[in-house]
Amino acid sequence: MADEANRQFAGLSDVSISEDIPVEGDISVPMGSSSSNRQRGGEDEFSTLDEPVKETILRDLRAVGSKFIHVLYPKRSSVLLRDWDLWGPLLLCVTLALLLQGGAADSEDQGGPQFAEVFVIVWFGSIIITLNSKLLGGTISFFQSLCVLGYCIMPLTAAMAVCRIVLVGGSGTVSFTVRLVVVTASFGWSTFASTAFLADNQPAGRKSLVVYPVFLFYFVIGWMVLTFSPSQ
Amino acid sequence: MASPNDLQFQEFDEAAELLSADPGASTLSMSASNTSTTAAGGGGRGGGGEDVKLDLSEEEGEEESSELLGGQKPTGGFWTFEYYQSFFNVDTVQVLDRVKGSLMPLPGRNFIKHNLRSNPDLYGPFWICVTLVFSVAIGGNLSSFLSEKGNPSYHYRPQFHRVTIAALVIFMYAWLVPVGLWGFLTWRQGAERQIGGYSFLETVCVYGYSLFIYIPTSVLWIIPFEWLRWTLILVAMVISGSVLVLTFWPVVREDTKVMAVATVVTIVVLHTLLAVGCKMYFFQTEVHVQSVAPITPTINMTIATKAH
Repeated sequence: MADEANRQFAGLSDVSISEDIPVEGDISVPMGSSSSNRQRGGEDEFSTLDEPVKETILRDLRAVGSKFIHVLYPKRSSVLLRDWDLWGPLLLCVTLALLLQGGAADSEDQGGPQFAEVFVIVWFGSIIITLNSKLLGGTISFFQSLCVLGYCIMPLTAAMAVCRIVLVGGSGTVSFTVRLVVVTASFGWSTFASTAFLADNQPAGRKSLVVYPVFLFYFVIGWMVLTFSPSQ
Repeated sequence: MASPNDLQFQEFDEAAELLSADPGASTLSMSASNTSTTAAGGGGRGGGGEDVKLDLSEEEGEEESSELLGGQKPTGGFWTFEYYQSFFNVDTVQVLDRVKGSLMPLPGRNFIKHNLRSNPDLYGPFWICVTLVFSVAIGGNLSSFLSEKGNPSYHYRPQFHRVTIAALVIFMYAWLVPVGLWGFLTWRQGAERQIGGYSFLETVCVYGYSLFIYIPTSVLWIIPFEWLRWTLILVAMVISGSVLVLTFWPVVREDTKVMAVATVVTIVVLHTLLAVGCKMYFFQTEVHVQSVAPITPTINMTIATKAH
């Protein structure tokens, strides 16, 4: 085997490889099921193919839950950035879009945003803001930024739920004032939480340029939440 | 003083040194994820090395040296990420400067020459258009709500479809009109003189920044006094129209008298159409609520039954 190899690459015989060492072998991961490891990504010390389904689902749910908690108390941590996932943003977007339904439903075109409009605004808005921050020279990755922006919609979704409950009681001036306060507080919270994660990764002198679109994004979503009027 | 060519060569050496010293260093937005843009950025990085290094260096002389190089030429092909990154090479201070320049047009101060200084950006035009879309839609919604406040039959509706219409109109104006104008001016100039003409990006930039005055105007339009609205629209049109005219007059002046005047008039007319159209559509004072029509026959019927 080694002689054949040396005959084929005769010109290279004086380079480095000694004739005694066979240049052959197979590159394999020194544990059993390698394919399932590649499917599972990060933790490759053990195969996760044999675990019960409940465990798999709970692991993802725990990851999503821990990120929710990080949005609730935004401090400078890298959990949201390091292990990004898009389950949380999807869940929040669907919840928000569903909660925005059923308002002024009798009019087709004069009413609130449709389900698809909310989806488009949230996802295309996040994509455009991410592209904007990358074009301005940011170091955050595309999906990390989507993850942060999506998770920080959580205060506004909570405000939407509160608004719907308040609207059950009535839609007068008092309820409007309460809703205004709640939406303003949660809008400020969302903006503050997302800039705590996003602003660090920008070159100096451009932070406001990146923060302003985020502000506009949450302002528009807050506006959609505030102007939700139930059908009468 | 070193000639621009020497300066350029020097910068490239520095960039090459830095890159060779640490090949893993990220010159752009590198990250852990493998998006296609970073992969393409790797290919385009070598050719655009010196310009990109200039952009990201934190030195003081960055702005001056970029001007000495004759402006930011987009690096790489249009499929690379760096190409578009060169259009966003502005700082907060510069953007605020340009916005202020669009608010205060002085005769003799050409917006492009004075404020852009061969570094046109796309950040300003894009985000000003987006803000304007939402401010017009939201302002219109608020103004119709306020004007119908006393009307018991009025049921508040968010009128979200207006956002779509506003977006269509404003983005078409801010992007198609500069295309047309730039094409027309380039055609008129022919092959005579390339110095006087503005690049496409500069035209788009001027139009984008000139729309900024309409953002506070559309917020102030919520106040329901007609005379105030017309005064505001007049003031805004004068300011932004003069920014445009002052910018394009030096270029158009070289042409025949008729064409020059016609071009300037077209610019002003289109701008007026946009402003007045926005006001008419989004800030109508009489909102035709559908529920009014069914109520009247009902009232007639009640009166008829009462009379009998």
